Amino acid sequence: MFRSHILVCGGTGCTSGNSMKIYDALVARIKKEGLEDEVHVTKTGCFGLCALGPIMIVYPEGAFYSQVKLEDVDEIIDEHIIKGRIVTRLLYKETVGEDGNIKALNDTDFYKKQHRVALRNCGVINPEKIEEYIAYDGYEALGKVLTEMTPQDVIDVISKSGLRGRGGAGFPTGRKWQFAKNSPGKKKYVCCNADEGDPGAFMDRSILEGDPHAVIEAMAIAAYAIGADQGYIYVRAEYPIAVQRLTIAIKQAREYGLLGKNIFGTGFNFDLDIRLGAGAFVCGEETALMTSIEGHRGEPRPRPPFPAVKGLFGKPTILNNVETYANIPQIILKGADWFASMGTEKSRGTKVFALGGKIHNTGLVEIPMGTTMREIIYDIGGGCPNGKKFKAAQTGGPSGGCIPAHLIDTPIDYDNLIAIGSMMGSGGLIVMDEDNCMVDIAKFFLEFTVDESCGKCTACRIGTKRLYELLCKVTDGTATMEDLDKMEELCYYIKENSLCGLGQTAPNPVLSTLHYFRDEYEAHVKEKRCPAGVCKKLLRYQIVADKCKGCTLCARNCPVGAITGTVKEPHVIDPEKCIKCGVCMEKCRFGAVIKA
Amino acid sequence: MAKKIDVPFNGTKEQEERLKKALAELKVEHGGQGLMIAALQRAQDIYGYLPEAVQQMIADELGVSLAEVYAVATFYAQFSLYPKGQYKIGVCLGTACYVKGSGDVYKKVCDTLKIEGGQCTDDLKFSLDATRCIGCCGLAPVMTINDDVYGKVTPEEVEGILAKYRD
Repeated sequence: MFRSHILVCGGTGCTSGNSMKIYDALVARIKKEGLEDEVHVTKTGCFGLCALGPIMIVYPEGAFYSQVKLEDVDEIIDEHIIKGRIVTRLLYKETVGEDGNIKALNDTDFYKKQHRVALRNCGVINPEKIEEYIAYDGYEALGKVLTEMTPQDVIDVISKSGLRGRGGAGFPTGRKWQFAKNSPGKKKYVCCNADEGDPGAFMDRSILEGDPHAVIEAMAIAAYAIGADQGYIYVRAEYPIAVQRLTIAIKQAREYGLLGKNIFGTGFNFDLDIRLGAGAFVCGEETALMTSIEGHRGEPRPRPPFPAVKGLFGKPTILNNVETYANIPQIILKGADWFASMGTEKSRGTKVFALGGKIHNTGLVEIPMGTTMREIIYDIGGGCPNGKKFKAAQTGGPSGGCIPAHLIDTPIDYDNLIAIGSMMGSGGLIVMDEDNCMVDIAKFFLEFTVDESCGKCTACRIGTKRLYELLCKVTDGTATMEDLDKMEELCYYIKENSLCGLGQTAPNPVLSTLHYFRDEYEAHVKEKRCPAGVCKKLLRYQIVADKCKGCTLCARNCPVGAITGTVKEPHVIDPEKCIKCGVCMEKCRFGAVIKA
Repeated sequence: MAKKIDVPFNGTKEQEERLKKALAELKVEHGGQGLMIAALQRAQDIYGYLPEAVQQMIADELGVSLAEVYAVATFYAQFSLYPKGQYKIGVCLGTACYVKGSGDVYKKVCDTLKIEGGQCTDDLKFSLDATRCIGCCGLAPVMTINDDVYGKVTPEEVEGILAKYRD
């Protein structure tokens, strides 16, 4: 028995902030003190509150230390572990109650409204130890399925639960499995899409890093349901920690007889291999992903035939996303009704979002479907930093759209998001404030899709490029009002004439910003002005004469000598010479330089 | 497009042996099907990039045409036909980093090193790539140099960070 447990976050966010060196230092100190039998140091998956990393929790007190530095290790050991005095200066301030006592993490604003199903083990167990997963009911669902249920029973439970694909499109998972089960054929495959391509989404990575066995168990359940004996996890090579933990997990599962031949002595065979992606956004599309597993250029192909009929290597195949799989074992154990009791009528269960951008609590949150955007951004996320005004939230990444402030009370589910011109996507949620230009954001996403279009369809390959050029005209101030109409027309053309989801959704960021922020586009076109002050070519720096004290600091720092004036008199910027570098604004101590 | 640098291919016999061994292992692991991407990944691990000579070796070993190897090598962002710098700089242009100003950081690196994304400095010291989300959005904007991660980077800090890697 250990008297104390120290859980150090080993997710990518905290690791990037040096948490593994902190872990090593803790282990070394514990060893030096001879406390190995009393204090247990372990690394876990992501706690979710990435903004405050590196994070660690010390039990039994439940002390939640945030932004820990390597130098803090000795103090934590000396004070907390040896003397039993909590290091209050390192505590996450939300966990300290008014009486000075520690509040449970689940009572803090960030965690209170969350409901962790897919993330339940992240930050709780050591993902590199199968015993810890098993201790948290791991592989019990697989055992139940293999010994008590028929494949059809399994599909019926999943269908009844109302689970829909968490990768973006929201296709009912049970129905997908049913199609694959009904397809004739001896050889079938189960695949997992861990090619999280949405720039700014990292929930799948966190699940793989924090709870890899849940995905393995779910894939085995899926294989039993459709009659497959081989699975592939297609994961981004850019996720080294996830790949490493998955590799360890698969090896352990094989050693325990939970993968391989004759699992649980039932005669059921299933094995699993990892395939590394090589960096192509289009490979998140199911047919492209399978072509890529086959070792080719990851180009999509027409459907039908659907993968459930003719997928990987021409055999019936199901492909689900990491988060979808992470829900499966819980649904089997707790039942379809339990899962269906969460969420909204057409979107059951919970959804994980990666909160990022202009928000206090950057990190991973899991909320019941139907939670409003306001609750996520303000109650959980803590709002925009620096007192800035919330402007829009972007969901669905390059396939999604921007949700403006006046729709912030929309309950989030698949259908509501589509109705307001965005989509669920994989769950990236990027918050933008008044300093973000919506035309610039649309341009950012288009630049991404131009780069990532595989080139197979003309509408997508050339159309996105032309659309990007039109957006450049807007941000350069050379566009006309006709260009805006042309853009809209082109958007619909690309949507209608592209083969796969990438092209069909690529214009969404443009369409949604044109719809909700048309005034911003028009300001660029008609007034040659960028209201957010982002588009460099349209910027004009000005000095407010009333505020200028004539200190000459700006003039001395201007790299092109564009500022003139005499000492103690208001200065002036020559717009012809100004290169809009912004140095004057940074240097001014009186706030006299403004963007006009 | 990467800047073409005329570096003569100077692969060693030892590297060739390693590649052949890796390919033989992959054939067994993959049961003979769908191993092209993994083959290129191994080759790039060994050589650092995928020059024509290496692509030809893979084509010969796998019994496919050079065109087939080239087709896959040019499709995926991970593969480079040109050598990378000793220090590989990545600036995250994922959405979370972008809205927090990583575009300015990226531009500052370009200006400082006088290269564009995908290119390498003439002395092969630094190369720059725009990376997509590396998953530590709490540190946005993020810049990486080989395995070192720099968080909350401002354009002003770029020169100081790069200076650590110049001799």
